[in-house]
Order: sequence, then structure tokens, then C-alpha cells
Amino acid sequence: MLSLTGVSACYGASQALFNVTLALREGEVLALMGRNGMGKSTTVKVICRLLAARSGRIEFAGYDLRRLPAHKAARLGIGPVFEGRRRFANLTVGENLLVAARPGHWDRARIEALFPRLGERFRQPAVSLSGGEQQMLAIGRALMTNPRLLILDEATEGLAPLVRQEIWAAVALLRRETGMAILVIDKSLRELRRIADHAVLLERGATVWSGTMESLTPDIADRYLGL
Amino acid sequence: MSREGAVNAAIVALLLVVPVGAWLADEPFIVTLATRAVILALAGVGLNIALGLGGMISLGHAAFFGIGGYAMGILASHAQSYEPLFNWPMTIGGTQSMPLIWLVAMSVSGLAALMVGALSLRTTGAYFIMITLAFGQMFYYFAVSWPAYGGDDGLSIYVRNGFPGLNTLVPVQFLAICLMLLMLGLGFAAMLARSPFGLALDAARQAPERVETVGMRPYRLRLMAFVISGVITGLAGALYADLNRFVSPVMFSWQTSGEIMVFVILGGAGRLFGPVAGAMLFILLEHVLGGVSEFWHVYLGLLLLIVVLFARGGIIGLLAGRQVAHG
Repeated sequence: MLSLTGVSACYGASQALFNVTLALREGEVLALMGRNGMGKSTTVKVICRLLAARSGRIEFAGYDLRRLPAHKAARLGIGPVFEGRRRFANLTVGENLLVAARPGHWDRARIEALFPRLGERFRQPAVSLSGGEQQMLAIGRALMTNPRLLILDEATEGLAPLVRQEIWAAVALLRRETGMAILVIDKSLRELRRIADHAVLLERGATVWSGTMESLTPDIADRYLGL
Repeated sequence: MSREGAVNAAIVALLLVVPVGAWLADEPFIVTLATRAVILALAGVGLNIALGLGGMISLGHAAFFGIGGYAMGILASHAQSYEPLFNWPMTIGGTQSMPLIWLVAMSVSGLAALMVGALSLRTTGAYFIMITLAFGQMFYYFAVSWPAYGGDDGLSIYVRNGFPGLNTLVPVQFLAICLMLLMLGLGFAAMLARSPFGLALDAARQAPERVETVGMRPYRLRLMAFVISGVITGLAGALYADLNRFVSPVMFSWQTSGEIMVFVILGGAGRLFGPVAGAMLFILLEHVLGGVSEFWHVYLGLLLLIVVLFARGGIIGLLAGRQVAHG
């Protein structure tokens, strides 16, 4: 469904990705891992076409993503949730969800069933939500686009343990009940082991390891993640 | 009713009570002054869609105001002189029917906004401001150098255009027409802001990249808003020309663009009744301070400075508090 082959990308004169290769099949969960500053979020930006790849191939659902602008890539079914709980602050919770809505499985009722707190705060300004609720809103908004691929970039970063559990439970439910492909970036190896099928490890903007979660031994985790 | 709703209702009441009182007291000048405020408010409502909702700082909206004005002037002058507008491929004459003139004014200003927007919205920030300003000045110099329609001297229309069932030469009846159009414009702007398109436009103003990642193209959203904005401003231009029974290149000038922007900022950019409050205050200051000193713009400048520095939400923000999400 999604494949990156030998992708490189730059921020101006500074090269951030050198050789990223990964593949994600329909219904699969892939963990993209690496220490801070190794290119995980940059890879997400490249997939979402917010940053142009300088070389390599990026394919999604049979389309060459390098030929498409960001909004067309999103319309193909890529639903990203970026780090930092980004929401449209001027809009209410409901408006944040509806502005992104596209026809499909995910609608207001299903989002409210997944995150009941969003239903309770439907008419509240998004800016008044707690950090965890804002993250739920960001995930809900991505789901309202009815994506084929959900990308979660540090979705639980900086959240209270109980809220993190709630979000992980929702992601597990998504995986179990919808079979949606998910690309997940997170620091919690324990949670990733529970949810992901495969992992790709990045170091200095390049893929250094890929395999199943079972084959990700403590030795490899220690070498590339410092865990 | 929210605090802002109460402030808006008070503004509507003021717009009704003052001219009706003036009419009963046989003060047609006050009625005309109120009509001017209403028409300029409508121009501000148009700009507010681009500026307040879409975050597009256009210094070229006088182009659409002027196009609306000239649409009225050209159609009415041909109707007066019985000279057709075109003879080929068929003969088309002028008209003095207001609804028809509005339709032409809105269509032509919409087309112009599409052209200006399609090019200028490829830029942002200072470049966007400069390109819209340049387009406005282009139209200005075109009008100056168009002798067929008065050139620099402008074009006079001897009789105000007609509206079915009303005598538009009676100031209060013309005011009623303008007020009705302002209310329609405000209703449309309110609906637009709450529609999925309005929400997307607001979102694109806040975070264009994020909007792209949910599958929308900010350029297209902004272009549509810019065209709608131009159409409303063009309609205001046609009414303004009818009020004065005169059009001149001044309607296209950058000072006119600046004045429309002043109404919006003074009243509260992005607030539904912001342009109405701004235009009313502008006309009031012009009338009161203009009688005291011909340099009354100095006081207006000071007021604008205070609003920009200390009251970002403009008059509406001061009276109704900060804007929260649409709720």
C-alpha cells in the first residue's frame, strides 16, 4: 500500500533524509522508530507531501506520491496526526471534525463512540480542551477524512498515563475492528510491541533495520534506540 | 442571546431608528448620510470575507468597488442617451433598472476578482498586498484614460436608477433598498462563516498546511472567498454610484481600498458586524470632525492606531469581548 525506496529530503541546504526505505501493507501496523532527530517526523512530512523528496520513490495505493500535491495525497487516503496536538483553535470540536469530513465509515457518531469525551465537548472551542482531548480530536479529525492509512506521529507524547492508555486502546480498537493500515511513531517500545506487526528503525535519516516486532531484539533496540 | 448578538441587534436598531427619525424630522441629509454608511458597510462586509475570514489583506478592493460603480454609470449613461452599448453581434442598450444593473455589476466585479485573485493568491504576505494594490491602480489608470466614460472627470447620471414599486429619488426609499441589501449581505456572510466552506476557509487562514493534509486546497478556498468578496464589494460600488449619481476614477483609487479596510479594522476584522460598526463610526467622524477641521483624518488615524494597538477586535471586540470559536 505504501512504499518508500531510497528516499532523501532536505530542509533548504540541510539534508535530513538520506536513504529511507519502508513498506506497509494493507491492514498492517508499522512502527517507525529511532532516536530524536533521526528523521521520523521528516519521513511523515515527505509521505504527506509537505516536504518534497529529493530522490527515491514514494508510492501509495499505486500512485507515485512525488507527482502529487499535499491535498491530493490526502484525498488518496492518507490521514496524518502530527506531533503537537495540532487543531484549528478558532473552531469548535464539532467544526474541527466536520471541516475534514469525507464520506465513508467514519462519521460523527463513530468518532464519538471511539472518543466519548469529544461528544461531550462537541460545541466547545477546541482551544479549551485538555492536551489528551486535543490529541483525541486530532485523531478524530484524521479519521473523519476516512483514510486508508492513518499516520500517528508521537500521538501520546507528553500525555498523562491514563490518557495515553485511552489513546492506545483506541488505536488497538482501530486495528482490530477496521483493519486500517497504521504507521505509528512513538517512544514507548512496550506499546509498539503490543500493537505493531513490523518496525523500521531510522538513524541519521536512513533506514538501518527493518523486520517484525518479534525479531526486534533488546540488543537491536539498545543499539539504535538506546533502550 | 450572546453579548455580540445584543451588540449587533443594537447596531441594526440604530441603523433603523436614526434614518427613520431623520425622515420624520424632515432631515434628508441625515438619511443620505445613513445611506452612505450602509453602502460603505456593505463594501466592508465584502472585504471582511476576504480579510476577516480568509486572512487576505487586499489593498485592491477598490477595483471591485469601482467596477460596480462604472457598471452602473455605463449602463445608465447609455440608457439616458439612448445609445446602444454594442451593435454587434446584436444590439444591446443601457438600462436604468437597478436589479439588472446590480446583476451586471456583480458579474463583472466577480470576473475581475477571479482574474485578480487567480494571479495574486499565488503569493502571500507583503507580495499579495502589493499585487492587489497594483491591480487596483491598474483599473484606476484605465478609468482615468477612458475618455468615452468621462476619463479623469468621471461620469454623471442625471436621474437615479429605478427599482420596481419604489421611488428611488425619495432618500428614505433608496435607503430601504440599501439597508435590505446590507442585511442580505450580512445574512449571507453569517451563513458562509458557518458553512463547511467557511470553516475550511477559517482553518486555511489558521494553518494552511494542516488543511492540505485533510485533502483541501487552500488556494482554491481563498480564490472562491476572494471572488465572493469582490462580488459583494462590486454591488456596494453600484449602490454608491447610484447614491451620488456620479462615478469617477476615485472609486478605484488605493485611498478607497484603504478606507474600506479601515471600516473593517475599526469595526473588528472577522466580526460579522465589524464593517457596519466601522463604517458608521467613519461617517460619524467625517460628519462631526469634518465640520471642525478639514484635517479630520488625523483624528481618524489616531483612533485607528489606538484600535490596532489596544483593541484588536475593533469596536465590536470592545463592546462584545473577544471572539471565541463559532460555537
